[in-house]
Amino acid sequence: MSRKYVMEFERPLIELEEQLVALRRIDLSDNPDLMIEVSALASEIDRLRIETYGHLTPWERVQVARHPDRPKVQDYLAAIFSDVIELHGDRLYGDDAAIVAALATLDGRRMVVLGHRKGSNTKENIKRNFGSPHPEGFRKAMRAMRLADKFGLPIVSFMDTKGAHPGIDAEERGQAWAIAESLALLSELHVPIVTVGIGEGGSGGALAIGMGDRLIMLENSYYSVISPEACASILYKDSARAADVAEPLKMTAGDLLDLGVSDETIPEPLGGAHQDPEAVFSAVSERISSAVGSLVVIDDDELVERRYKRHRAIGVFEEGA
Amino acid sequence: MPIADWFKARDERRYTSIGGGSAQTDVPEGVWSKCDACKRTIYEGELVAANRVCPHCGHHFPLTAMQRIDLMADEGTFVEFDAGLTSVDPLQFCAVKPYADSLDAAQDKTGLNEAIITGRATIGGHDVVIAAMDFRFIGASMGSAVGEKVTRTLEAARAEKRAAVIVTASGGARMQEGILSLMQMAKTSSAVARLGSAGLPYISVLTDPTMGGVTASFAVLADVVFAEPAARIGFAGPLIIEQTIRQKLPRGFQSAESMLQHGMLDGVVPRDELASRVSLVLDYLALASQSGDAS
Ligand SMILES: [Zn+2]
Repeated sequence: MSRKYVMEFERPLIELEEQLVALRRIDLSDNPDLMIEVSALASEIDRLRIETYGHLTPWERVQVARHPDRPKVQDYLAAIFSDVIELHGDRLYGDDAAIVAALATLDGRRMVVLGHRKGSNTKENIKRNFGSPHPEGFRKAMRAMRLADKFGLPIVSFMDTKGAHPGIDAEERGQAWAIAESLALLSELHVPIVTVGIGEGGSGGALAIGMGDRLIMLENSYYSVISPEACASILYKDSARAADVAEPLKMTAGDLLDLGVSDETIPEPLGGAHQDPEAVFSAVSERISSAVGSLVVIDDDELVERRYKRHRAIGVFEEGA
Repeated sequence: MPIADWFKARDERRYTSIGGGSAQTDVPEGVWSKCDACKRTIYEGELVAANRVCPHCGHHFPLTAMQRIDLMADEGTFVEFDAGLTSVDPLQFCAVKPYADSLDAAQDKTGLNEAIITGRATIGGHDVVIAAMDFRFIGASMGSAVGEKVTRTLEAARAEKRAAVIVTASGGARMQEGILSLMQMAKTSSAVARLGSAGLPYISVLTDPTMGGVTASFAVLADVVFAEPAARIGFAGPLIIEQTIRQKLPRGFQSAESMLQHGMLDGVVPRDELASRVSLVLDYLALASQSGDAS
């Protein structure tokens, strides 16, 4: 029996579910008392499921956002896009497998799709560096952005990364430069840019392909200036206290909506997107189409102006004397 | 006291301490410093005369934002703007201690309202907007106020057809402002792009340390990027990198000299040559951008 991935907070529920499955394998036709107990257990499980998943804490949402079975950019590409042609390489150094760039069609509309690409299994995750790009990944994305701009194709970007890769080679090839240049480029593209936060939104590495005209967040995706572990290790000198900073960092989809950083939240099935990917695909597809549709009608200079003002307006401060 | 009055009172109290201008005037007499690099002692007066560069080994001591501006701007030309712009605590962030307390402590310690000073000046006779960051203020991290001041500086350059010169030093984004601080990267980078589209020059000087979200936004987007000797420059901090890759970092990793070698900078410039170097670059770039102007 393959062991399924269990998030810490759902363990009591999963254990009861496993008990129920085991009990149901037994022939209980001549044991009415046990049959009653089984049905009581089933209703207890229903209650516990709602209790467990109904009101997730920010830290629990981070765990859902990182769930290995959570749909990833490649799943969205396969499920809701057609005629996908992947583009490769930054023409400078290499082809970063942690970033996907593709020509793709959604509801008959041709566009450029970008995304952080995590692997679907351990082997693929190693190849794709767990979705953490090197500079060449951002530079590949920039190639695709320029292509989109040149040929008037809207950009849809799927954000799902712990962050830009922290490593010697990444620094030496200009990680900060790649991110900064991507931001400057995105600010001036004359095509609509729609970002969907589908999982993790880790800092500058997320923003580097996530800055645009609309930000749509899945309910359990997060977007943060710093990972809760790194924040906890700075503030508490203990990364294990990540749960304590996930709330104050205001990193959930709901927080982002409240802060005016995101535009909408797509609700997820109880327990997370991995519980019913088909439902999520269909909602995401519909919301992307609607967002792109509302942006393509805007004059392209006006679009750039609005994008400038959108980011210009973010920030809270006090004008003193 | 109403909050506006409180800010006003605090501004008046503070302003005298930073408005005094030149670094030379607030040096206590008869103080000796020890060089972090060569461990030798240096008479404070000697250190000040050398722009806080160790006369023995050339180590560059950190400078305050005001000392930076004094170093770069033509004497007596600097006029600060947005001096009263301050951070608030938008998320009511509290972990270990409230962000509001960190802000108060930083303001008391530095006499500054925020981690950056911005204004107009001339450099070698060129009209510029100039900004300098002050690492003593919560590691000169970029929150909403720093992002806003940088953006206004770049927008002022565009509106007034001035060059922009920014001297950076920062630990990165100000995590106590959460996603709002991350978004300052988008905001400031957009402002740099706009300035560039207007054909106006922007020169940055990266000083020790310039890391994280400041490096990965306005700091490295300049037309010409200089750094001070031995300044640490990068995106990820060395500790995070060591933890991730589980190996020791090479000597000189993320130093200005190493970043120059990797093609990321236009030059590593000793402190006493910075102003003249920036001025000379402006002779080329500002001239080009102003051709057609009456001036
Ligand atoms: Zn020395």
